[in-house]
Amino acid sequence: MTDVFQAEGLGKTYPGVRANDAVSFAVGPGEIHALLGENGAGKSTLVKMIYGLVRPDDGAMTLLGAPHAPADPRAARAAGVAMVFQHFSLFDALTVAENVALGMENPPPRTDLARRIAEVSQAYGLPLNPARRIASLSAGERQRVEIIRCLLQDPRLLIMDEPTSVLTPQEAEILFATLRQLAAQGTAILYISHKLDEIRTHCDRATILRHGKVVGTVDPRAHSARELAAMMVGAEMRVVDRSGRVPGAEILAVSGLSAAGLRGVSLTLRAGEILGIGGVAGNGQEALLAALSGEEPTAPGTVVMDGTDLSAMGPEARRRLGLLAAPEDRLGHAAVPEFSLAENTLLTAGARQGLVRHGLVDHGAARRFAEAVIRAFDVRTPGPGTAAGALSGGNLQKFVIGREVLGKPRVLVVNQPTWGVDAGAAAQVRQALLDLAGNEAGVIVISQDLDELLELSDRFCALNEGRLSAPRPTEGLSLEEIGLMLGGAHGMEVAHVPA
Amino acid sequence: MMTVLILLMGAATPILFAALGELVVERAGVLNLGVEGMMIGGALAGFAAAHATGSPAVGFAVAALAGAALSMLFAVMTQYLLSNQVATGLALVLFGLGLTAMFGKPYEGVKAPAMMAGPLGLNGMIWLGLALVPAVWWGLTRTRPGLILRAVGENHDAAHALGYPVRRVRILAIAFGGAMAGMGGAYVSIATVLQWTEGMTAGAGWIALAIVVFAQWNPWGVLAGAWLFGGVTVLQLRLQAAGVAVPVQLLSMAPYLATILVLVLISARQKFGRSGGGSAPGSLGRSFHALR
Amino acid sequence: MFRLEPRASASLGWQIATPVLAVLATMLVGGILFAAMGFDPLAAIRTIFWDPLFGPASGYSRPQLLVKAGPLILIACGLALGFRAGIWNIGAEGQYIIGAICGAAVALAAYPLDAFWIFPAMILAGAAGGWAWGMIPALLRNWFGASEILVSLMLVYVAQKIAAWMAFGPMKNPEGFNFPGSRNLQQYEAAANPELIAGSGLHWGVVAAGVALALTWFVMSRHILGFQIRTAGAAPRAARFAGVRPERLVALCLGVSGALAGLAGLFEVAGPAGQITESFGSGYGFTAIIVAFLGRLHPLGILLAGLLMALTYIGGELAQMMLNLPAATVQVFQGMLLFFLLGFDILTRYRIRRRA
Repeated sequence: MTDVFQAEGLGKTYPGVRANDAVSFAVGPGEIHALLGENGAGKSTLVKMIYGLVRPDDGAMTLLGAPHAPADPRAARAAGVAMVFQHFSLFDALTVAENVALGMENPPPRTDLARRIAEVSQAYGLPLNPARRIASLSAGERQRVEIIRCLLQDPRLLIMDEPTSVLTPQEAEILFATLRQLAAQGTAILYISHKLDEIRTHCDRATILRHGKVVGTVDPRAHSARELAAMMVGAEMRVVDRSGRVPGAEILAVSGLSAAGLRGVSLTLRAGEILGIGGVAGNGQEALLAALSGEEPTAPGTVVMDGTDLSAMGPEARRRLGLLAAPEDRLGHAAVPEFSLAENTLLTAGARQGLVRHGLVDHGAARRFAEAVIRAFDVRTPGPGTAAGALSGGNLQKFVIGREVLGKPRVLVVNQPTWGVDAGAAAQVRQALLDLAGNEAGVIVISQDLDELLELSDRFCALNEGRLSAPRPTEGLSLEEIGLMLGGAHGMEVAHVPA
Repeated sequence: MMTVLILLMGAATPILFAALGELVVERAGVLNLGVEGMMIGGALAGFAAAHATGSPAVGFAVAALAGAALSMLFAVMTQYLLSNQVATGLALVLFGLGLTAMFGKPYEGVKAPAMMAGPLGLNGMIWLGLALVPAVWWGLTRTRPGLILRAVGENHDAAHALGYPVRRVRILAIAFGGAMAGMGGAYVSIATVLQWTEGMTAGAGWIALAIVVFAQWNPWGVLAGAWLFGGVTVLQLRLQAAGVAVPVQLLSMAPYLATILVLVLISARQKFGRSGGGSAPGSLGRSFHALR
Repeated sequence: MFRLEPRASASLGWQIATPVLAVLATMLVGGILFAAMGFDPLAAIRTIFWDPLFGPASGYSRPQLLVKAGPLILIACGLALGFRAGIWNIGAEGQYIIGAICGAAVALAAYPLDAFWIFPAMILAGAAGGWAWGMIPALLRNWFGASEILVSLMLVYVAQKIAAWMAFGPMKNPEGFNFPGSRNLQQYEAAANPELIAGSGLHWGVVAAGVALALTWFVMSRHILGFQIRTAGAAPRAARFAGVRPERLVALCLGVSGALAGLAGLFEVAGPAGQITESFGSGYGFTAIIVAFLGRLHPLGILLAGLLMALTYIGGELAQMMLNLPAATVQVFQGMLLFFLLGFDILTRYRIRRRA
């Protein structure tokens, strides 16, 4: 059996970082081959080279026995490579058919294309209306557009970049059914993920990347998740310590909260408790954080902390009372990339740390506070004068979380606290949140990462299309139950795999 | 009645050209505020060429080239040097006004060659402008280059990821916008005023920018906006001629005030969400730079 | 081939160097342009940039430096606040005209009364007029989401028409032999904005520009408001998160820059210009945009850029007289300068590396 795709000694250097170094691996026909690695391990660079978006500095690739050196994605597509992106590849204002046409070299006329989209979506059990605008589709439906765009080209090598990060467990099952069907027809599939369990259940082989280098190619079914993680991270995973917490009195009550993207959300939070809110991105997470942080004031009586109605207050007033927040997007929301770390403390810590008095900025105090955060949270940076944008994702996240934690919050709300963060930093952030709850603060963790929520939270609930499910104690929850709380399969038909 | 229609069409045509061009530019995700500068450049170059050759047609062709040439300044700055589009557009306006003031002196007081009236008493440029509306609509919505252009304007990262040459598409769109603005400007000097005066486009380029917003990035809306503007201009001139007891200076504010009013109405409609029309392209005004 | 590599934060060295480079490039290309037009390039450059300060006629032209730089700096200070916040007031020219008209209205209403309060009242009226004209785009943006760029610019044309109307109608000098234009305020002592030290060019508008520079520096570097303005410009969502209300900033920036432009207009009409005429707006409002950018939106930079732009105005006039250079030369220079500055700016945000 000859391989569909081979990489030999691929290397790529970006300013200051060797993204890929002597990467070699091969994918055979009908194989679902996992590419496993932490954020920043070089997975994205590698697939961008295969898809013609980035040119390798050294090494060579072979596709179907012929040299593969695509000048651009169109050349890659012509050679038989298709790719489903994690994000950045659909056009919201355009229709499904237009989006599909943009992903093809020689799309048929409009009516033919609509018919073919219908045919393919039938064949694979992925129903889609070609005339709908992308903006009106759910995350799962959007991914179907991407997949159908690929399938219409009969690819020999299909690359999937973290496809399940936007899917519920049920939707992911449907996706895997489609992938197996494709593999059965001889398509080679390169599957990128950092989710160990799904790789162990669904993939035939796994190539593990660490710091841009191949650590090894293994049969994932023959290894435990713990062993795979150890190969991926290069060390034993740190286990967080969740002992010593006693939930106290109720401190925060949200009731009937409706805003853009939220529908009648109610929840309560007790001192010393971590409430986990799961859900696929785009179901109201950002709106919930904005309503709690005070960026979007809400109707009277909807957000009450310690008996005080905060609903009409802005972020600064809420911070004075002890309600702090850390949004998901580090660059541009939680921090200003162009500003120094010292200046970034002024975003949220001005009043609580006395950095701003009578409207005057105490730059020295801001610098000292930034140094305190850097020290307490082991932020790797030359100093408080460094621009936030120059820090790695993990270090900046530690800084952002540290800035709020050192503010001694009564309630802290965080959204995706470890998204795009390396394992070491993620463990530190999680431990900080647990310690905070141990000191009788209430913590709300909004996250897509179910493992993280199960690890941290005392109670779990899920956001689905702006609605929050009733919270349940995390202890003893099964993955199926969680999947159903997350909204099941969004009403998707289950793929019917033809024999 | 017919003369009013001819006047209205004449007043609308410069705006129609410039706004159609800018619409294509903005649909590609680029905000070129320099329309006024390219129009005034076209007005002078077109007038000079028409005067030298005696042919208005040559004048319009040269105006298109001049507008496109000026737009290439903007294109190099914003697409290669990644400069801020708002500031660069402004610079183009100031530069265009200065350059034409400097080179226009010899043409002051010179008369333009006569344009031939076409069918229905409307000249060829009016007909060309009208024909370009469906042409631009068709090109944008029914052709593959149009689809790619819209994709680039909607989400340049995604377009790049699919392998489309974002920068090349944008530069071509900017050149088209420049040529259209140049012809619009030349219409003012060759067909409307029949001579060259400094700063003669008098804000038409800015009005064209407002019309694109008013049109919600739809060519048919641009036509409606240009006619609306033409109507206000003609009405204002008629009132002046009729000797209404309002100072001339106040009457001549009408086009600018109408533009503000229209802008407010359409913005309000978009803000309060009652519109079924289009919204601004997703990547409008943002610089694109790909690491390779 | 070369490739660009983004910097994490703008390089301070290049931020200072690029305006200087832009000026040099403008001189170079300007010289080529002059040569192409048949002028002696060296003589032209010297006449524009050197002679006003050190040439034979510098006794006349040196005071003009402050006269021209005053309004430019005053307006640019206000614009810089807004530009930093991503709020584009490009209608300062209109606010300048309306400020002048409002201030002149107070003087003309009081004429020929001689009272100490007239000039202060004119200052207030000028600032209020400019503020109100600037608040129109601010409110239209806050209430309806209308683009402040287009609205503020349209209002320039409206203001020019109002100035023309005033000059031909309500404000026409009854003793002016039916020529358009208001009374000359320089000849009305209670309302005049005279030269404070003979031969220096210093008038109240220049003093106001100095105060504006100091206040701008204080707000931008020491006050939380300056931090909020910078945050709003760099990352609007972070600003919201920090508790900044964007509507407040829009009103503040457009209002303040309008008021400062109005003040500039008032000091001009009561001083160097003397009267409201049809062509009262002479482009200071637009040139101030260049001053703000060339000065890197920083007070010290604005001071230097304002003086440089003033120099090109004076030098341009001189070159027109001495060498017969076209009057629009200055405009071309200024436009070119802004182009070069924006182009070179890439050096502050990116590193240029040779492709391997």
